[in-house]
Amino acid sequence: MPPEESTMRAELVAHFRRSREDLRRQWAQLMTDRGLLTGLSAEEVETGAVAFYDIFVSCLETARYDQIRARADELARRGVPRGMTTEQILGVIFTLCDVLERSLIATYRLDQEKLWAALDIYQPVANEIVSVAAMAFIQHRESLILQQQQAIRELSTPVLQLRPGLLIMPMIGLIDTARARQITEQLLHAIRDRRARVVVMDLTGVPVVDSKVANHLLQTVEAARLLGASVVVTGISPEIAQTLVGLGVELRGLNTVGDLQGGIEEADRLLGYRTVKVDGPAEAGFTRAAGG
Amino acid sequence: MPEEKRIPIASDVDIVAARQEGRSLAAELGFSPTDAVVIATAISELARNIVQYARVGEIVIRAVREGVREGIVVVARDDGPGIPDIEKAMQDGFSTGGGLGFGLPGVKRLMDTFEIKSRPGAGTTVTVAKWRS
Amino acid sequence: MGIPILKQGEYLIATVQSPLTDRDFVQLRDELTAAVARFRSRGVIIDVSALDVLDSFAARTLRNIAQATRLEGARTVVVGIQPDVAFAMVQLGLALEGVATALDLEEGLAYLDRTIGGERRLHA
Repeated sequence: MPPEESTMRAELVAHFRRSREDLRRQWAQLMTDRGLLTGLSAEEVETGAVAFYDIFVSCLETARYDQIRARADELARRGVPRGMTTEQILGVIFTLCDVLERSLIATYRLDQEKLWAALDIYQPVANEIVSVAAMAFIQHRESLILQQQQAIRELSTPVLQLRPGLLIMPMIGLIDTARARQITEQLLHAIRDRRARVVVMDLTGVPVVDSKVANHLLQTVEAARLLGASVVVTGISPEIAQTLVGLGVELRGLNTVGDLQGGIEEADRLLGYRTVKVDGPAEAGFTRAAGG
Repeated sequence: MPEEKRIPIASDVDIVAARQEGRSLAAELGFSPTDAVVIATAISELARNIVQYARVGEIVIRAVREGVREGIVVVARDDGPGIPDIEKAMQDGFSTGGGLGFGLPGVKRLMDTFEIKSRPGAGTTVTVAKWRS
Repeated sequence: MGIPILKQGEYLIATVQSPLTDRDFVQLRDELTAAVARFRSRGVIIDVSALDVLDSFAARTLRNIAQATRLEGARTVVVGIQPDVAFAMVQLGLALEGVATALDLEEGLAYLDRTIGGERRLHA
């Protein structure tokens, strides 16, 4: 006669609580054998393990998983930025599941009906816990990746002020539409904040763009003009030149120069700067010519 | 937080009202300031179309959630004369914003998704959405 | 709701202070073109920094103002378009062609001084 479910559940919980010290030691040993604890300190393992074991058993008792969810989330939040991997945390949890399951098998090995009943209660809980923990880690890793991507985008397109009123934007690498959009926003805010009147947008480091991105770049030039800044585009490769022409839009007003150096000279001209070499200890200086 | 805003459109005053509702809902939903302006501008154009071609209609602005993504949906609806040639209206011949045409290609560029249903004599419904990044 | 139009020498400065409906825009156009004629202004600055949206009607009206005042002998420059607004405008395809633009009032005045000063020298 199969035992009643709630009685069985209570019996399991009591068993795991009684055998706590013993099973935790087995768990620690097995994790060490499997090489899962590298990079973690002894205290971290100890405190983490105690809390985790107790929460596991409490999930078994209540069939509620919010505690595990909160715990896994906190662990992921702290661990993921430090390099803890999903495999590592899953390995730790799987090992505990193995230890607990073996303990059940050992305890009920002489009573198959009871063993089946015990596993019927235990296994769904173990599976759910693994699933919840994995999800927490995956979400944190994804959010970290997004943050890093954003940081890379911002770092890879610096907006530099060469002189008052003159900004330079050297672009490097592949530009997708998300990055193009971010570049536009960044540039427009920089024009306003630094009161730029000329921007040199250098594409020397960008071999190719698709037509969507090319269109974005043209829009950036138009938007900059709305803020009173003119854009000199430099370093357009033959491929990009053809992409721009292929867009079939009006390119006549686009101010382009072959290279960055030439672009800066053009920008100086637009701003009324003139580069003059002064006599004395061979130092180049610049003066602002009158007028504009 | 109100999840849906319904703005009747019948005059130029309503255009401003509609876009301000859109802007504040976008801000409430956590859209970036740039995206909030983009959404408000799209709403302005859609509302403008209603006033110009159908005289009356309505704009419905709604927060939506799809899994972990959050976004905003705008439905511009009218019972006006309808658009006889949607394909032509969606062509970008008026990208200089000279005020000709319906400005629909521009609205499509501003938003993430764009859907239009229109039949001569049966009104027009334009549905656009933007997702929060 | 009137938009204050200040006279500064040969220039007129119109500062928009709150969102404008279509009829507000039309009123602005009428008032500016009248004022240019009345004061024989040579330059007009329209400050739109308070506007959080510039749609196709706004763009069209600003261009109309620039064209009309030009016919009356004045140069118009639009100042204060916010970065986000500029972004949305170009996506919509509104580039304010033929309308001079500058970052703010100070830059707008400098632009007018440069441009009109130059024209004056040509005609001297």
